[in-house]
Amino acid sequence: MSEIVFANVSRAFRRDGRDFPALESIDLTVGEREFVAIVGPSGCGKTTCLRMVAGLEFPTSGEVTVGGAAVRGPGPERAVVFQQFALFPWKSVAENIEFGLKAKGVEAAARRATIAGFVELMGLQGYESAFPHQLSGGMQQRVAIARAYALDPAVLLMDEPFGALDAQTRSVMQEELVKLARRNPRTVLFITHAVEEAVYLADRVVVMTRRPGRIREIIDVGRVRREEGWDRLERIEEVMDQPSFVHLRTHIWKSLREQQQTNGQSNQGGEQ
Amino acid sequence: MAVSRTKASRAQLFALSAAGFASLFALWSAVAASGWVAPQFLPPPWAVAERFAFLLSHPFAGYTIEQHLVSSIGRFLMGFGLAAAIGVPLGLAMGWFRWLDEVVSPLFEAVRFVAPIAWVPFAALWFGTGIGGPTLVIFMGAFPPALVNSYRGARFVEPRLIEAAQTLGAGSWRVIAQVLLPASVPSIVAGLRISAGLGWQSLVGAELIVASSGIGYLMVKGQSNMSSAIVMSGMIAIGIVGFAIDIALRRVEAAIHARRGL
Repeated sequence: MSEIVFANVSRAFRRDGRDFPALESIDLTVGEREFVAIVGPSGCGKTTCLRMVAGLEFPTSGEVTVGGAAVRGPGPERAVVFQQFALFPWKSVAENIEFGLKAKGVEAAARRATIAGFVELMGLQGYESAFPHQLSGGMQQRVAIARAYALDPAVLLMDEPFGALDAQTRSVMQEELVKLARRNPRTVLFITHAVEEAVYLADRVVVMTRRPGRIREIIDVGRVRREEGWDRLERIEEVMDQPSFVHLRTHIWKSLREQQQTNGQSNQGGEQ
Repeated sequence: MAVSRTKASRAQLFALSAAGFASLFALWSAVAASGWVAPQFLPPPWAVAERFAFLLSHPFAGYTIEQHLVSSIGRFLMGFGLAAAIGVPLGLAMGWFRWLDEVVSPLFEAVRFVAPIAWVPFAALWFGTGIGGPTLVIFMGAFPPALVNSYRGARFVEPRLIEAAQTLGAGSWRVIAQVLLPASVPSIVAGLRISAGLGWQSLVGAELIVASSGIGYLMVKGQSNMSSAIVMSGMIAIGIVGFAIDIALRRVEAAIHARRGL
């Protein structure tokens, strides 16, 4: 059981003795082994949503549950891949992947086997003893993904994992993540501000409003993907060429743009 | 001469350092040779060198200068080792556990301003003049930087590294040992360099008052023999060893930075 449920979740930040709402009345269920992406303008609280599932932040009101139990703190069954990789700079690639396995109490022989498996899966052969600063951004994020996957987590939380990568590396990583997710399905919550990335990867895309963050719309991309047979296509650019893909992307873009405009108008007198 | 901080070559820098030393010795020699100052007050450099060489092979105050140094270094290693062994883990734990910080910080702040040398009477009373007393004095000198730098190191670890460790299933102790400690190593080593310097200074101070061997003891005995050359030999030995300790720790620091790619 690894269903993620946001039940009427709100989150406010206190600054200078005043409460600033960051998220308001979020109701969302990410089903078992479903891949849900949240898109929204920066500052809309999408990262806060992920951090509340990770147990790194807590709702001001409402409740976040995973597998039916309220989230009380971080745990290895909910692995996180951070935007800035967050690799331990003093540990080698293999030692970074090993960290969680050690904390979990996995035996040395089993650890070695798991590390070897993920090193191969993520194309990191030959870099096992390299340190993070010796690797490119793309390679570092492969290590971070391997480190998270190695724990065999029920839930995978990814916070703009490809945001710091250049466009080409990003496409390659997106393709690989899709392959990984098909072979090894997990309940995934994926945060991004890149609309195409969300449509390419997710089963459902959640569009959020500008601060305070609310859910504006949820789009069932999975249905379109199945009907249009995107999975037949090997490469990301072929998928992105499909009229059905372009249609969805444009729809989400508009959704984001419209609220930006309406927000812009309402903000004239509103903000400060 | 236009030698900027960034462009100076190693050879230029070395030449400048050598020039500094040479000027000091020239001035010293000139003053001593002029006869303005009596040799009892300021022995000329060559007399000190001669005395230093003599002390290498002839015991004074019971031991040769090397034996005195070995005795001092032994005490230094005890006190410094103890300061590092207690200060570093305590500082890291204080950086993680808020309650421990609240318990220890006020005590520490109050005691920190008591100069190490002011502990000498109690050190002698409680631990005697052999190895225990001087060890306590050097501990009091070396402890604060060891503690403060590991505490600061732990407090300024990038939060995302701690969060990453926690989401990978690490508990408090694993976070301290596997994240705070390695992440704070540069800060800890910088602190230990200061600790070693202060400890070495405090030790010699302690030996001037309580000890029956050691380089400070040699200097006190030299003073009561009215031999300024012996006192200066002691000062030179202190300088050389202190410099060597600092160079050794600087090497460690550089090696760590290189490994991290800093």
